[in-house]
Amino acid sequence: MLLSIRSLTKVFPGTRALDDVDLDIAAGEVHALLGENGAGKSTLIKCLTGAYRRDAGTITLEGAAIDPRSTREAQELGIGTVYQEVNLLPNLTVAQNLMFGREPRRFGMIDPRATRVQARETLARYGLTIDVDRDLGSFSVAIQQIVAIARAVEISGKVLILDEPTASLDAAEVAMVFDVVRSLRDRGMGIVFVSHFLDQVFDLTDRVTILRNGRKIVTTPTKGLSRMTLVEHMLGRALDEATHAPAGAAASAPEPVLYFDGTGRAGAIAPFDLSIGAGEVVGLAGLLGSGRTETAELLFGVRPLQTGSARDTQGPLDLRSPRAAIRAGFGFAPEDRKTDGIVADLTIRENIILGLQARRGWARPMPRAQQNRLADDYIRRLDIRTSGREQPIGQLSGGNQQKAVLARWLAMNPRFLILDEPTRGIDVGAHAEILRLIAELTRQGMAVLIISSEIDEMVAVADRVIVLRDRAHVAELTGDQVSGDAIMRAIAEGDLPGGVAA
Amino acid sequence: MSGTLQRIAPQLIALAALVALVSVFYPAFLSVQMNDGRLVGPVIDVLKRGAPVALLAIGMTLVIATRGIDLSVGAIMAICGAAAAWALASGWGTGAALALALAAGAGAGLWNGLLIAGFGIQPFVATLILMTMGRGVAQLITEGRILTFTDPGFSWLGSGTALGLPVPVWLWLLAGLFVAALMRRTALGLLIEAVGINRRASALAGVNATVLLVAVYVASGLCAALAGIVETADIRGADANNAGLWLELDAILAVVIGGNSLLGGRFSIAASILGALIIQTITTGILLAGFPSEYNLVIKAGLVLVILILQSPRISAEWRLMRDSRRVQPKPAPAKATPTRPAPEDRT
Amino acid sequence: MNTRALPLYATIVIFLLACALAWTQFPNILSTRVFGNLLTDNAYLGIVAVGMTLVILSGGIDLSVGAVIAFSGVFIAVMLRDTGLHPLPVFALLLLLTGAFGAGMGFLIDRLAMPAFIVTLAGMFLARGAAYMLSIPSVPITHPFYQTLQGAYVLMPGKGRLTLIGVLMVAVVGLGMALAHRTRFGTSVYALGGGEQTARLMGVNQGRTTVLVYAFSGLMAGLSGIVFSVYTGSGYALAAVGTELTAIAAVVIGGTLLSGGAGYVFGTLVGVMTMGLIQTYLVFDGSLSSWWTKIVIGLLLLAFILLQKGLLRLSRGRLAGGGA
Repeated sequence: MLLSIRSLTKVFPGTRALDDVDLDIAAGEVHALLGENGAGKSTLIKCLTGAYRRDAGTITLEGAAIDPRSTREAQELGIGTVYQEVNLLPNLTVAQNLMFGREPRRFGMIDPRATRVQARETLARYGLTIDVDRDLGSFSVAIQQIVAIARAVEISGKVLILDEPTASLDAAEVAMVFDVVRSLRDRGMGIVFVSHFLDQVFDLTDRVTILRNGRKIVTTPTKGLSRMTLVEHMLGRALDEATHAPAGAAASAPEPVLYFDGTGRAGAIAPFDLSIGAGEVVGLAGLLGSGRTETAELLFGVRPLQTGSARDTQGPLDLRSPRAAIRAGFGFAPEDRKTDGIVADLTIRENIILGLQARRGWARPMPRAQQNRLADDYIRRLDIRTSGREQPIGQLSGGNQQKAVLARWLAMNPRFLILDEPTRGIDVGAHAEILRLIAELTRQGMAVLIISSEIDEMVAVADRVIVLRDRAHVAELTGDQVSGDAIMRAIAEGDLPGGVAA
Repeated sequence: MSGTLQRIAPQLIALAALVALVSVFYPAFLSVQMNDGRLVGPVIDVLKRGAPVALLAIGMTLVIATRGIDLSVGAIMAICGAAAAWALASGWGTGAALALALAAGAGAGLWNGLLIAGFGIQPFVATLILMTMGRGVAQLITEGRILTFTDPGFSWLGSGTALGLPVPVWLWLLAGLFVAALMRRTALGLLIEAVGINRRASALAGVNATVLLVAVYVASGLCAALAGIVETADIRGADANNAGLWLELDAILAVVIGGNSLLGGRFSIAASILGALIIQTITTGILLAGFPSEYNLVIKAGLVLVILILQSPRISAEWRLMRDSRRVQPKPAPAKATPTRPAPEDRT
Repeated sequence: MNTRALPLYATIVIFLLACALAWTQFPNILSTRVFGNLLTDNAYLGIVAVGMTLVILSGGIDLSVGAVIAFSGVFIAVMLRDTGLHPLPVFALLLLLTGAFGAGMGFLIDRLAMPAFIVTLAGMFLARGAAYMLSIPSVPITHPFYQTLQGAYVLMPGKGRLTLIGVLMVAVVGLGMALAHRTRFGTSVYALGGGEQTARLMGVNQGRTTVLVYAFSGLMAGLSGIVFSVYTGSGYALAAVGTELTAIAAVVIGGTLLSGGAGYVFGTLVGVMTMGLIQTYLVFDGSLSSWWTKIVIGLLLLAFILLQKGLLRLSRGRLAGGGA
């Protein structure tokens, strides 16, 4: 084996990010590393590249035990990495990026001509003939990725880790990058490929390893693996478990109150139609990167619509910005609460009333007594673990921060609430409490769009589930069709009998 | 109220210690006499001379709370002073001259705000333009001369007395109280802090960050206008070359001494004003204590360095780590993620 | 087309246009005499601007340079007055001092993770204060070596004087160009300005580069102080007030992105020359007042910042369109 990982364990306060993971990468193979959010892929890669120090386990490269302490050390040992966001400098030329740190020198000065020549020769081996004197940033992302791969291979040369390198590429560009990856495989490199595009996994890789909750689930040859099995392993549930008991339990779908007609945005999500009724819970299911969050951001005005329009029973709705969406009665609890949700140095009370206060305007401050009442009420109802409402929210645990962000939106009582992974990282008690709250809100007539990676949760709360794949809405399941089995099948195949293709 | 007191305690203690120190060298420092219905004494002098920086610090506090900076306030002072002097010299009334100066300040602030919130230019860069250009504009108004005027009403603002205290002291006191009340009695303070700490999350929660940013720079421009009026009124003339020269740096220093983080967020106007008074006490104190005034700048520099080290995110993180590891003795300190390192979660 | 060089071309075109405009009104302005004076009068500014260019390229700013120039002048004058030392060892001592001063600021910026402008602001107070402490009144320099330096020039055709300090400035620009474009240190500076995180991943030693770039700026400020003292023949603690702003303006008008990562040292020379030309034009004109210099420079600053903002948006938009 080129690279062997045994019993790799990494612990963060509160979580075991990696738990006793084994992984083997052979020379001349492309090995897919798959898993949902929090499965441990990034942690594993960071342990390999020296960004994290492991807590237990061994890593051997060509038979020798290694313990990289920095990205640089890992590179020198032979492990190079290419990330989704190109990790090169757009303001330097292609040649400078490629040769950075090992430029040919003459009399102590960089020899630009030799640098250019070497860069050109290197890229030629990757099938690229471009002007290496231009800024890297002026080339397409695909070319930037290939330059990044070339640099990683030139410096390291044994193991290449590709961390979602194709996330922002179109089909032709993906093919271009894959040609390069295949030729590297044929030259005997070990390649780790992380992607959430299943088609690409089947197209490119030789073996697949699936992680879930920090544990290795399985390693298996790609050939002969069915999509269904793959999705099952990733989402971690055997079929025919949960039964469909939607919170609204409406026998017939309610009359829609909001309509989105042909809404879409190039590069984010293909145009889709969606309508939602009062008291209805619609679920968005799909793997990571399938376009779930993009759909939510489009509906809330975070990304402007390129096509289509929104309306309610009164007439058209303006969704140009989050403020406009809030005026239209929308709410959105985002997935990444640290950057998009909480305002870290403010107190829990201030975080909860922030949305309400912004809607009231600066001149009409909410009376302090009312603020306190609201904050205390939600701290109690959502069981936010805190020393008091005046504690800075940044000091809370992730789950409790999420509950406070949720409280912000619940306090605003929107008619349409979008929840992106509302229960991730939340303990079991609070989890049930949030689901109960959603049920209560929908009984009062609120429409809810919920995004979740947990199929069981989806089956339990959603009246209707829309399945996404490759940045498009591919199927819609209603009524009795909503089952874990059907959702998984739709995620894997997208052409479920009875499913309505969008 | 007790919260405010707790917040400004370090500045109060520092000021008290300084006053004590100056009193050692100059025992009459705290003596105040009543002369013709006006209070006189070194302390009153500090309060009066500190007025321009105190006024600037009010606006600068708001700007820094949004994670910004306003380098142009000194130049705005010059513009507003020149505008007022020009108006008076051309025979406008006191009120009209005041209005013109304030309008000029607001306009300059609006210019900064639009460059920053509208065009998305970094605050440092955007306000640098006016810092470079502003003095030229002021000279354009005064035509390069020191434009003098004789308007008792206007000069009263700089050198007059009301209820025993110099008018400039009343000006910064009232401006400070007004702005502080405006921030805390309305929701403005909360919204400004939210934008300064996390602009994206605030915008997603419906806060109109763009309008707030523009408003904050307009407020800073208005404060600079007031400071410019005080300075011009005091010397009964507009000196475009020297009015407000380098005061932007003193104002920033005052805000920083006031314990407000340059990285935005929580702010205290009272603490910034105290910071301004601390700076003025040092300046006046050095003179009174008989030290050569050339020590002034070196002491200021030392002060900035000490505060920077105390405020530094990296140092405070290490400090916290040290304290925590001492509290939890036996276990090896968990590898705490430093602020710059991404959280141990999978990337989306 | 490489959009990176566009601001530089814009700078050169503006300079040439300004030359042409000046020439149509005052044909005398295009003479070796004016050109020689342009170099001599702006020598100290050009030298300090080269240091500033590297600092800005790295994504930082150095507000202390004006004060360091003043300190240098006073330091030299006082040393020559009070000790029997020859100017050359004094120069060496001074450069050591200002280089170490810059390195110290760079160390603090890196260690404290604080905005560079506030650290260098403290440095500005410190340097200016140190100058005051050495001497408040202006100290004349009477050493014969200084007269040699001041008298050192080559007569160009047309009676223009190419002075030693003018030549030194051009040499420093050459040195800066070599440093920025032909060394690994220079590439690291650009890399830091392009993105600290990425630069670190690519193997840039951030701490060392930051310390070195501010040390270089301090060194240039010291050299500029020497040149300024030769130019004025004295050391004065209140000299060169605001030079840091003029230098920053020259760097930006020279096409360097104020947020770092893009620009050319050569552009800075053109920026300095443009600003000098505006001043010369005003002198020739006589009726226009000096404040127009500041206003025109401010407007040029605005134009360049907006131009770069636009270019940035343009290239991003094209990438988004191409990548989708």
